[in-house]
Amino acid sequence: MSDMTLRQWLLTDEPTSRRHARLASLYKGWLTLRSNSMAMVGLAILVILVLTAVFAPIIAPQDPFVQDLSSRLLPIGAEGHLLGTDSLGRDILSRLIYGARITLYIVALVALIAPVAGLLVGTVAGYAGGWADVILMRITDIFLAFPRLVLALAFVAALGAGIENAVLAISLTAWPPYARMARAETLTIRSTDYINAIRLQGAGPLRIITRHIWPLCISSLIVRVTLDMAGIILAAAGLGFLGLGAQPPSPEWGAMISEGRRFILDHWWVATVPGLAIFTVSLAFNLLGDGLRDALDPKDGGQ
Amino acid sequence: MTALEINDLNVWFGHAHDRVDAVKGACLSVNQGESFGLVGESGSGKSTILRAITGLAPQWSGTIRVEGEALSGAKRDRRFFRTVQMVFQDPYASLHPRHTVDQVLSETLHLHGLDNIDQRVKGLLNDVGLGQRFRFRYPHQLSGGQRQRVAIARALAGEPDILLLDEPTSALDVSVQAEVLNLLTDLRRQRGLTYLMVSHDLPVIAHMCDQLAVMRNGEIVEVMSSETLRVGTPEHPYSQELLQASVAV
Repeated sequence: MSDMTLRQWLLTDEPTSRRHARLASLYKGWLTLRSNSMAMVGLAILVILVLTAVFAPIIAPQDPFVQDLSSRLLPIGAEGHLLGTDSLGRDILSRLIYGARITLYIVALVALIAPVAGLLVGTVAGYAGGWADVILMRITDIFLAFPRLVLALAFVAALGAGIENAVLAISLTAWPPYARMARAETLTIRSTDYINAIRLQGAGPLRIITRHIWPLCISSLIVRVTLDMAGIILAAAGLGFLGLGAQPPSPEWGAMISEGRRFILDHWWVATVPGLAIFTVSLAFNLLGDGLRDALDPKDGGQ
Repeated sequence: MTALEINDLNVWFGHAHDRVDAVKGACLSVNQGESFGLVGESGSGKSTILRAITGLAPQWSGTIRVEGEALSGAKRDRRFFRTVQMVFQDPYASLHPRHTVDQVLSETLHLHGLDNIDQRVKGLLNDVGLGQRFRFRYPHQLSGGQRQRVAIARALAGEPDILLLDEPTSALDVSVQAEVLNLLTDLRRQRGLTYLMVSHDLPVIAHMCDQLAVMRNGEIVEVMSSETLRVGTPEHPYSQELLQASVAV
């Protein structure tokens, strides 16, 4: 192995251990992803977003909560305020930087709750069939039939305004499509010969669902989640805009737009700058999702 | 001793109007260590018999006895899976696309409650003529013949007595077919296995089996020894037709 580069070691067709096989397959996925330049742009934006959120206190030029009424509504490029100030004289750039944390928090929580719930419901319904399928899928249909934002509004109204409740409400409205998708995939997978083969070895339903069906559903689910992230950020922003998500003075991007709306004609940047931030991050998630679809597609056997 | 005995087996799919009778009143018996062939054209119900035995076709009536014990319904117990295993037709569809050869074999061994898994995986790969270098490959890194060898290794992992072969070579190249058939012949001799083999290929059956049954439209029309087939003197007109078609090719 001494005359082998790391690249050759990763690209070999003859892996020598379990770890080697897994790394090689990951590396090939990464190569596919890397060849998609738009996806890499998306990934770069998201990496910057994460770094911004982590190092917010170091990067932010000012305290996002300090008000200065003498310098309110300063335009973009004003001295000391690169992106201007809002109606209470707070630095918009600093608020955007701290807002990245809230955005990531929402995205991470929803990404943890909704797809997992959808995957569980969908695969169980698809594999079990019969009554379990009917009951689980009708519940899914009921959730699907509600307009998403309206249902989220109802949940927030019932649970009280706040960022955690907004996340919960969005998750509750976001899982049904994942359940549908997981069920459809399960239906095609459950009748394949490799599932029949493992059944003939005496594997139970739990093992088949978790070890054999999930790995094949998860890749398309990840793709769908990244594509939905834009919608989730927008829904969170929408709830913030309606005053039902993050509460002031929290620098949530949607809430920032909501505050800036009053001055949109005279001081357009107050609402536009956070709007552009939402747009950029949503676009980044979409681009990455598109690339992941090519890299993770299980139909080509990971090639 | 009879390894496998089937009496008056009916298998159907669907209900009421949509009901399709795939197998009608099939009877056959296979002795321990014997190799029994099922031939017939596509849709004649050959594979369905195998699926009924393994519980993959749940709607059936009649009796199926495995080593003297009668089966019922679609549920099979652990002992059945240690006794009977199946090799599927299409090796491109019978291996999980995200599992390495090692994962496939280790999991199977684990499910059968066997110990010393590492050693056994190596042994199985050697037995089916695949070297250790194939151990950590994914199915897409294997050729069709290699995949079928993995599928055979998986079927042998639980050390079964009876192997059901569902057209094990029909998805493979002609040159690879011969290799896999020879492997199956060798394995049978070494391990004293009983085969129930489905094929539409008469020469394959004549080469592999001691006895065979000819099927048409879900019914067994004739049971004969492969000697009869080789000499070319089957009794039933359909068997003669099948033989002639195969000779013409």
